[in-house]
Amino acid sequence: MTASTTQETVRRPTGTPLTRALGIATLIGLAWFVAFGLFLSPDDVVQKKGVRILYLHVPSAWLAYLAFIVTAISSAAYLSKRTRSLTWDRLAGASAEVGVLFMGITLLTGSLWGRISWGVYWVWDSRVTTTAFLFVTYLGYLAVRGLGGTHHQRARRSAVVALLSVLEIPLVHFSVEWWRPLHQQESIANGKLSGLMLFSLFVGVIVFTLMYVWLVLHRQRLLAMQDALDDHGLEFAIAERREEAVF
Amino acid sequence: METDPVVQLVDVVAVLDRFPALAGATLTVQRGEIVLLRGPNGAGKTTLLRLCAGLLPPTRGSAIVLGLDLSVHRQAVRSRVGLLGHSNGLYTDLTVSENVSFWGATVGASSDEIAAALDRMGLAARLSGVPVRKLSAGQRRRTALACLIARRAELWLLDEPHAGLDVAGRDELDTVLRAARAAGATMIVASHELDRAGALATRMVDVAGGQVRSAT
Amino acid sequence: MNSLEVTRLVAVKDLRIELRSRVLINQVLPFAAIVMVLFAFALDNDGILDRVAPGLIWLATLFSMLVVVQRSFAVEAGDGALDALRTAGVPAQGIYFGKAIALGLQLMVLEILLFGAAFVLYNSRIAAAAGIGLLITSALAASCGLGLVGTLYGGLTTGTKGRESLLPLLLLPVVAPVLIGATRATEAALGVGGISMREGWAWVALLVTYALLFGIGGSVAFGPLVDDGA
Repeated sequence: MTASTTQETVRRPTGTPLTRALGIATLIGLAWFVAFGLFLSPDDVVQKKGVRILYLHVPSAWLAYLAFIVTAISSAAYLSKRTRSLTWDRLAGASAEVGVLFMGITLLTGSLWGRISWGVYWVWDSRVTTTAFLFVTYLGYLAVRGLGGTHHQRARRSAVVALLSVLEIPLVHFSVEWWRPLHQQESIANGKLSGLMLFSLFVGVIVFTLMYVWLVLHRQRLLAMQDALDDHGLEFAIAERREEAVF
Repeated sequence: METDPVVQLVDVVAVLDRFPALAGATLTVQRGEIVLLRGPNGAGKTTLLRLCAGLLPPTRGSAIVLGLDLSVHRQAVRSRVGLLGHSNGLYTDLTVSENVSFWGATVGASSDEIAAALDRMGLAARLSGVPVRKLSAGQRRRTALACLIARRAELWLLDEPHAGLDVAGRDELDTVLRAARAAGATMIVASHELDRAGALATRMVDVAGGQVRSAT
Repeated sequence: MNSLEVTRLVAVKDLRIELRSRVLINQVLPFAAIVMVLFAFALDNDGILDRVAPGLIWLATLFSMLVVVQRSFAVEAGDGALDALRTAGVPAQGIYFGKAIALGLQLMVLEILLFGAAFVLYNSRIAAAAGIGLLITSALAASCGLGLVGTLYGGLTTGTKGRESLLPLLLLPVVAPVLIGATRATEAALGVGGISMREGWAWVALLVTYALLFGIGGSVAFGPLVDDGA
């Protein structure tokens, strides 16, 4: 990349007509979702208002798992020679960052909901435990991304770590499930939720998916700009370095 | 002059953690040459040697070592060059002969070759069974060179080989390096010891600001 | 030189260094033993100790493993030998399996000591003759898995300064299935925790699967992780 195109990249904001439209759609969707989640949907017979935590919990969990699937696929795409591009690496990184945030929200809301419905904050259920492991594993992934080196060094190292966690997570899930086979009731499939409740959840999943795409697009562009800034700095650094030479 | 270039660098940029340690280095080294790199600390000498050893990729420019392009075939280059950096790359808990045998074994060297390598560095008899931990700095440096010989390195990249040695150690080192020159070794040596390394070198180049220029 | 020869060469080299320096015997084993004593202080109840002994054995193994992994790569990083190995163009698979074998063998020595400590300190006993086979097989399978995974993440976190502190964060979540599997199998062998012998062998199957998956994954991933040059 030459210095002039780098400069143009730096000046460009992360918003484009597409992401602006997406952002507006997300905000309207969120308002609609809040209306459904907090006001229009009925209280639960047993859990009363407590059921409304689900409207944050379920879409967050969906978003978090979606984010990690995207990270894994992007990492594989980076490692494959035919599709090697730093765009995949930045997509993987952006997706993991958003994923970690919503995985944290999932764990928090999940334990609050657990307290209301089962009386405890934590149960050693395989779904809960796997989610916690995924959270910690991807914190490690983000730490590996921060280890430094050139962009391609970072990309290759973190892509390999991301794919190793694809190996790890099913093994963790399987062993925890085998260890504690006592199953919690599926929260949605147990038939206690009314049609309007299910519809509110459905709205939440759609809106959160939009929000995910919106956040990741912006974050990915920001990362691209940071990388470009590094490259841009490199031009200066090379020129400066050449000045040092006094033969 | 014969033209059998072992190293051909053209306008090479190499980046270490965002810092362009090499900023357009151009250098050609023919087989049998012993090139002395001189220049202040931070000029890029070490990076130049590590680049030639295949340890870091060229960010820009063309770098060909032993006929192989470093941006593609670094693994192949690595097995044919030997880098002696600031550290010796030895296992200090193992003996001299165990170290040399280990590195020799990576290229399938025979026990005769190992013995010859120890012999050339004057390590054959008394020292070969001593753990590296107990050696002097000069003896360690010679052990590291014996490892390069056992590995059949075609190009020697020596980074400040005299550093940390006392006078006797430097003399020992000079003796074995002169012997290696007589045997036709190709070397690139980075050194501040212009008297010693200069006497050994067939050519000197200046390194500054990540660039290389022939010494006048 | 092919990977198999390099594997043997590196494994022999690592074990020889360990025999010379005796870091495992002089530092890691005493550490593991004191951890077992501290567990007894923390859980001051004979009934509980007997019941939780298998878990404590494997937990102590994991903690000690962190030290052994760091040592295994300190040997390489100390005098720049890892750079030298990279410069030598030695096949990464060979280095990986060589170091993993050496690490696995050291872990087995560690486990023997920990079982001995549980026998003496916690009064643990093997339930039936069949338990011996289960105990040995599960320890073998677990050591293989831990050796392979430990080498993989040890390689990633070696070299540059400041990376060493990352090892526990990356490694401990990954080895959780080994902790669960090996503990259950050991419980079956010791006849505690209500795990049948049959279930114990099923857990061994999990340990073997784990070792196989990470053996394959690690042999592909180790090169790119250790070699920063690309």
